[in-house]
Amino acid sequence: MDLTVRGVVRRFGAVTALAGVDLTVAEGELLTILGPSGSGKTTLLKVVAGFEIPDEGTVHLGTADVTMAPPRSRDVGMVFQNYALFPHLTVAQNVAFPLEMRRLPKPERTQRVAEALALVELTDYGHRLPRQLSGGQQQRVALARAIVFKPRLLLLDEPFGALDRKLRESMQLEVRRLQRRLRLTTLFITHDQEEALILSDRIAVMSAALIEQVGTPAEVYARPATRFVADFVGESNLLDGIATEGHGAEVSGLGRVQAGASTGAPGARATLLLRPEALRVGAEAAALPNRASARILETVFLGLSVKLRLQVEGGPEMLARLPLRPSAPLPVTEGEVVPLGFATEDVHVIRHG
Amino acid sequence: MSSATADRRRADPARARERMLVMLALPALLLLGVIFIWPLLRLLSMSVADGTLDQFEKAALDDLYVMVLYESMEIAVLVTVICLALAYPVAAWLAQAGRTGFILGMFFLLLPFWTSILVRTYAWMVLLGRNGVINRTLRDWGWIEFPLPLLHNLTGVLIGIVHVMLPYMVIPIYAALLRIDPDLRRAAEGLGAPAWRAFLRVTLPLSLPGVFAGCALVFVITLGFFITPALLGGGQVMMIAMLIEQQVREFLDWNFAAALATVLLAATLVIYAALAKLTGGQGHGAR
Repeated sequence: MDLTVRGVVRRFGAVTALAGVDLTVAEGELLTILGPSGSGKTTLLKVVAGFEIPDEGTVHLGTADVTMAPPRSRDVGMVFQNYALFPHLTVAQNVAFPLEMRRLPKPERTQRVAEALALVELTDYGHRLPRQLSGGQQQRVALARAIVFKPRLLLLDEPFGALDRKLRESMQLEVRRLQRRLRLTTLFITHDQEEALILSDRIAVMSAALIEQVGTPAEVYARPATRFVADFVGESNLLDGIATEGHGAEVSGLGRVQAGASTGAPGARATLLLRPEALRVGAEAAALPNRASARILETVFLGLSVKLRLQVEGGPEMLARLPLRPSAPLPVTEGEVVPLGFATEDVHVIRHG
Repeated sequence: MSSATADRRRADPARARERMLVMLALPALLLLGVIFIWPLLRLLSMSVADGTLDQFEKAALDDLYVMVLYESMEIAVLVTVICLALAYPVAAWLAQAGRTGFILGMFFLLLPFWTSILVRTYAWMVLLGRNGVINRTLRDWGWIEFPLPLLHNLTGVLIGIVHVMLPYMVIPIYAALLRIDPDLRRAAEGLGAPAWRAFLRVTLPLSLPGVFAGCALVFVITLGFFITPALLGGGQVMMIAMLIEQQVREFLDWNFAAALATVLLAATLVIYAALAKLTGGQGHGAR
């Protein structure tokens, strides 16, 4: 079922945790709230789950106004950061808990629990206690418990934080597959931008109690609306300059930079974003409209690519990322001075710098 | 090779730490051994000083002594149940109270600990007597015509002992409740549980280790109570510790007193072991 949050404000004393948040999650969609700690994303999750009542604004599930409804009547499945499995109940009892609370008859309960455990591939673990399971297994139990009662909405509160990297990646994909298969409307909270890019249908980036931008991962990455979003999602080169005629901007040290879109009224301040992978180095750079010359301060080998820290002569420090082939040697060495270039369409103009 | 293993064992920091802890505990252990365990064993051995079990036979066959033991157990059970009923809500409130509430609650809870048990018992006599504060007030308000029998009976003894024992019940339950992750309650509510079902299915079972610990403490300590029943019972209530004292002080029958003490100690240990076993079966970490 779709979720609509309208004008939600929540204050704690002098601190405003949510300063008027609007958000819509379509039915079957996975929307990620991405933000640093303290941005208000956890408060927003609590408001949606019913653990916090907003000072202003409304929360709707479908057409029903649930702003004041207690958590138990919202039919929302939630996976907590630390899973919050009941330690004295077995895996099967944990998963059966929401069904027990809904007074489902025993045979149906047993069957639904078995289905949910099969879904998360824990069929043979029903009789175990949570502490006898690994972190990844506990997480799958928490997930089974959150979906077994066919909730109207699934909430995931940084569920992958406690897992090691490999397990985290496989769990992310597993959750994604499950969510798509069951067409679960899902609100996912994380501070990990990489995770957000991998999992989401859409991302809402939060900062300082407000949502800065909502968009698909590709939109948020390629066309961030604000400087904060550009900086928080992915790696970035942010160039401050003065707009000139014809989609250009004057950036100190780089001269006139040609952008793919309007940079605003001439003479106004303009912020330009260049993702590191947009930069070209060496012979390739010569044919590009925006050019400079830079010294390579540092190279970081990353397997698939090499990351370069560059000092533009008389200008800013910049990051570049060049793709690598396993057989090829590094195309550059530290200390070398190289030509640098980038295409106009790769320069994104941030409107509300 | 064996000396290499020995070297490694000596160098093992965990073992070195363990050895140091044993050394540090040694003075206290020695002191306990000399001033507690040794006299205790001496006393217990007096119960069989004449080489027979006659003293125990006397304790087991005489209705009076059996009655006293039974009544002591009954009082201990009643006190435990009353304490549990009073303490759980207090502990639950303390566990979720803010800083101020917690300090205030703990202050009132621990206040009795800083007051001599004798003073407290006499205070209860002032409150509960025929012309005590309570009876006089109730009569002044016209709620009662004749004074309620609050002192020199079981009621008075129970009130006095419960007052003394309450903190022993509140604190273990409070500690157990505090260890429960608040997200568990939230999870239960989010999954559809009304507050009372979340309590019965999640909070209560997870607090059981604290409940058992509190019950064991209260029961065991109450079983050996002396001053409170002696003063508030006014001779109408006899507990086993009073009986032992009477044997020593009035009849100078050390051997029989030792036999009664042995019975009390054995009963205590058996009940404690039973409760410990129950607790062991319930000993889930809250996280």
